[in-house]
Amino acid sequence: MTVRKRLLGWLADLALILYFVFALFPVAWMVILSLKPANQLFSTYFSFTPTLGAYRTVLGDSEGIPFVRFFVNSLVVSVGAVLLSLVVGLPAAYASARWRFKGSENLMFTLLSFRFAPELTVIIPLFVLYQKLGLFDTYVGMIWVLQLVTLPLIVWIMRSYFADLTPELEQAALLDGYTRKQAFFRVALPLVKPGVAAVSLLAFIFAWNNFVFPLILTSNEAQTVTVGALSFLGGDRPKYNLTAAAALVSVVPPLLLALTIQRYLVRGLSFGAVKS
Amino acid sequence: MGWRPTLRPYLLIVPALLLTCGILYPFGLGLYYTLFDFSASKPQPDMVRLHNYETVFTQDAFWNSAWVTVLYAVGAATAETVLGVAVALLLHRSSRVGRVLEKILILPLMIAPVIAAIMWKLMLQPSVGVVNHLLKPFGLGGVQWTDTPTGALLSSIAVDVWVYTPFVAILALAGLRSLPTSPFEAAAVDGAGWWYTFRRLTLPMLWPYVLVAVIFRFMDSLKVFDIIYALTEGGPGDSTVVLQIRAYLEAIRFQRYSFGISYTIVLWAVVYLAAMVLVRHLGKIQRKAAEAK
Repeated sequence: MTVRKRLLGWLADLALILYFVFALFPVAWMVILSLKPANQLFSTYFSFTPTLGAYRTVLGDSEGIPFVRFFVNSLVVSVGAVLLSLVVGLPAAYASARWRFKGSENLMFTLLSFRFAPELTVIIPLFVLYQKLGLFDTYVGMIWVLQLVTLPLIVWIMRSYFADLTPELEQAALLDGYTRKQAFFRVALPLVKPGVAAVSLLAFIFAWNNFVFPLILTSNEAQTVTVGALSFLGGDRPKYNLTAAAALVSVVPPLLLALTIQRYLVRGLSFGAVKS
Repeated sequence: MGWRPTLRPYLLIVPALLLTCGILYPFGLGLYYTLFDFSASKPQPDMVRLHNYETVFTQDAFWNSAWVTVLYAVGAATAETVLGVAVALLLHRSSRVGRVLEKILILPLMIAPVIAAIMWKLMLQPSVGVVNHLLKPFGLGGVQWTDTPTGALLSSIAVDVWVYTPFVAILALAGLRSLPTSPFEAAAVDGAGWWYTFRRLTLPMLWPYVLVAVIFRFMDSLKVFDIIYALTEGGPGDSTVVLQIRAYLEAIRFQRYSFGISYTIVLWAVVYLAAMVLVRHLGKIQRKAAEAK
């Protein structure tokens, strides 16, 4: 290897490291901020006596913000939304991958259009509607509206997984005396299981990270962590350490899950438009 | 068998269809509301036909919001594309450093945008934020990040870039890995330089993949809400009031439901048109790429 080539290699690595410093520093800084005691928040930057006090305050609900409940709410509505989307979306994805029929294409593109519709177009009327129906600030209301996020994702991705399966496998199963239902549950579904797992986790992450739905359609009972974390910034005295701790606690579930589904992400992120 | 096989696909999509209708209903209801002057102070609204839209289009506030939205979307999508493709190219070299860093590439993308904005807001505080502290040695101590109109817009775009660059990078990297190797080997044999190979081979073949990412990012940033809501709340003044923020202020803060929804309907139409143009362009590019292979 020539000297010039090796030098260029180092420069490329350096550029890469610079980008990752930009990408990782905010998270690292939040860790530092969350470990600072209140009296050293503004007096120092990098040297301080670390304490878990901020986490104790945030998780102990002592600021009048029931953060633990918000966390549980996030879990309930995100899991609920994904489960509903799976029950409803898997058959639809399978049908539209196996049979070409007019209604399915229209449905598929309507679903896709949800992905790009401005959320407020639907939420403001829902805000009015939910208050009439008693769905405002409830789990059911949140799970319903989160379908806007989870359903298109699950249907589009699973359709591309089902389309990649050769129909001959199911036909062989039918010849062996399986019913259509058995062929789906015992042959097709097990083969796309990794896809189902990955897309469910990704849908969960997007549901968890959603902010505008709970901001407008909940007030307290069904409020989630994304809105809850923002409320630490309110008030007259800025509570930086508490805000940082709340922000970190609320990103733990999506980050942990993301690292487990790395391999499947490309297809999930691009709605199947780019296959990995 | 009889009727069942023909009917089966329809039966399978019925649940999804019902759920879709459940989401389309509020959209239709919203569209209907825009023809009235429905607000919290007027729960028994009168029909005003297209008056709400007339007001929208004759308001300076609308044109300001539209301009800010376009600046934001073009700025964010461009910066993310350039940076994302650059990161993907550097990772594609697959050096030892790159292989380690690639494992955590996804990280910012998985953080809720509103949380990312909160994090940056803490860091960009002019007097006590860490960014100004780190810039002090370079003589740039007191930058008023989110307190000036230009600064606020650029800061919001920066947060968007922080969150979504990995998205472009991941798609571009997948594209790079799926390119055929033979043209590159031939170019290397011919002694083609790096820049020539990049311009004439890599970029044209990679473009369909990158374009998917660009379309997603551009359309998403047209309807940005979370980042701006948490970082600047549209301020200072009206400098970062993008269309969804304006709709939120009108409909939720001022409780003028009909008028607020009119804003979102206009934005919806813009996004829809942008999507049509971009997707058609994408189709053309993908066909061309398929022919080239």
